[in-house]
Amino acid sequence: MSETELTERELHDVQVAEVITPLTVASAAVEGAGQRMPRQSSRRGIRALMPRWSGKLAIGLGLLTAIVAFGVAGPWFTQDPRDSDNPSLQPPSPEHLLGTTKLGYDVLAQLAQGTQGSLMVGVIAGLIALGLSIVFGILAGYLGGWGDETLSLVTNIMLVIPGLPLVMVIATYFPARSWLLVAFVLGITSWAGSAVVLRAQTRSLRSRDYVSAARVAGERAPRVILVEVLPNLLPLLAAQFLFAIIFAILGEAGLSYLGLGATDSITWGTILNDAQTGQALGTGAWWWFVPPGLLIALLGCGLALINFSIDEIINPKLRIAPENARRQRKAAKAGRGIAGPGLPTATTTTAEGISA
Amino acid sequence: MSATIMPSADATGEARAQGQGGSLEARNLVKDFRLRSGLKVSMLHAVKDISFTVEAGRTIALVGESGSGKSTIARMLAKLEAPSSGGVFIDGAPSGSRGRALERYRSEVQMVFQDPFASLNPFHSISHHLERPIRLHHPGLGRAEVASRVEELLERVQLEPATRYLERRPHELSGGQRQRVAIARALAPGARFIIADEPVSMLDVSIRLGVLNLLAELQREAQLGVLYITHDLATARHFSDEILVMYRGDIVERGPADEVILNPQHEYTMRLLEAAADPERHGALRDEVRRAE
Repeated sequence: MSETELTERELHDVQVAEVITPLTVASAAVEGAGQRMPRQSSRRGIRALMPRWSGKLAIGLGLLTAIVAFGVAGPWFTQDPRDSDNPSLQPPSPEHLLGTTKLGYDVLAQLAQGTQGSLMVGVIAGLIALGLSIVFGILAGYLGGWGDETLSLVTNIMLVIPGLPLVMVIATYFPARSWLLVAFVLGITSWAGSAVVLRAQTRSLRSRDYVSAARVAGERAPRVILVEVLPNLLPLLAAQFLFAIIFAILGEAGLSYLGLGATDSITWGTILNDAQTGQALGTGAWWWFVPPGLLIALLGCGLALINFSIDEIINPKLRIAPENARRQRKAAKAGRGIAGPGLPTATTTTAEGISA
Repeated sequence: MSATIMPSADATGEARAQGQGGSLEARNLVKDFRLRSGLKVSMLHAVKDISFTVEAGRTIALVGESGSGKSTIARMLAKLEAPSSGGVFIDGAPSGSRGRALERYRSEVQMVFQDPFASLNPFHSISHHLERPIRLHHPGLGRAEVASRVEELLERVQLEPATRYLERRPHELSGGQRQRVAIARALAPGARFIIADEPVSMLDVSIRLGVLNLLAELQREAQLGVLYITHDLATARHFSDEILVMYRGDIVERGPADEVILNPQHEYTMRLLEAAADPERHGALRDEVRRAE
């Protein structure tokens, strides 16, 4: 039978064998209709992976850029942060824009240096956590069997060890701590949560047909992981990386505040620690502790906002539902809603129900 | 052991007489899955001692309900699962399952998956899906040669003009177009045998015929041996020379396609045939439901 093209009658048989409805007994030419070219998409290649432009993303990126720029360029324009020749505990003035500390350091200079220190710790710790979670999460998820059991065991142990106490114990072992050591310690204690998520996601991706198809085509395991599986995890990895940075910066600030942070560099945490020991709160020297605290909060806010935008790539529902709710509200306000202008409350409840 | 009612000796003998070389043979394939539920371990016999031979240029249909072990056989032949016992023989020689031997086997035997929406990686372009197998199985080719082969493959599966599809991603194509890409990918290494695991079951009824005709045409061109796995008896009869009916891991009936459909011997085959819609009995089901009320 495979030797001949089917006649009209046989074609009818094949289709009727499925479901008998007048709709399905259409001609084979229908496929021509299916061949209609999809709308030329403007979001292809790597751009399809980028978050869509939105208010959230703009504010988040704005905050992040401003803080990074301050950290990079700040130290060039301020005086030496360890120069104690200034008068002590001066409130903000044109000479010292953010005042001075008890020991006569310029707060703005310290802040610029501290931004650099905190960001470096955050990025290095984030990269370490990312690398470890990729190895333990993706490898475990892809390998399965004994490899999975072993890697998962390590992940689970790291997951139940409380992070900050462990970091404190490790930190107290080293009397002199460089910022790199602090970043390293924060990195190796914070990867387990991401690894669990990555393992689950990889297990799901691994059983997809396209991974089987790549294996049938003859791809080797490392390439299957790196080229077929990993790209589909990129949005997740980006979100986890940003989260790891926030976590590390907060962790570093906490450690430094307790006096267990880096001893060789200035960070937001060490400034806060100095302010605490210098009784800034008691003497009302708000210019000493408010700026570093504010920067920590703003950076966390910025990274979280970017993270929300990335979340919308992973889960498009997050983007579509609020959009629809907004449209519905607007329509109701303009009197075009289904419920009509007389029932504004009913419409809002539905809109919220959808976005929830 | 399977209840072999109609030995397929005459069908396979014909192909040999034509002088078409090559065969893909499943010999006494068994696959058991260990099911673990807490501490209890039970065995699921997915495939019980199955043997058949796919000859070059011929199509064998494997028909059966969901869970009858059809897809497990496909995965074993594609070397995605290792059989519990038994083996896969190509041209009479045992096939390798690792290293160079596996590579050679893969360049001979390729698979088309059931779901074209899942079998293409959403991250990669169409050209990537076709380039990789060509590069893997023909490492000597230059960039331009690979590109021209990709275009040639797309044209062979009637995706023309090829340049229009190269840079697209799977989500920009329709189900039928995607399955054509999947078929092109299976052809890319220059395979002699294609395992088609329900290649049209996820497609619209209206475009199934196009894809099946394409498969038949490609088979004719390159004298491919095709294992066509399906649950649809009508297409199995139209497109295959021989039909194997599977039920719970066993082959319960086998023979030339028309013979199995027109003169079913096994009870299960008869039930399958009855379940298939038949224009002669238009409305029979409706009457039955009404009577039940």
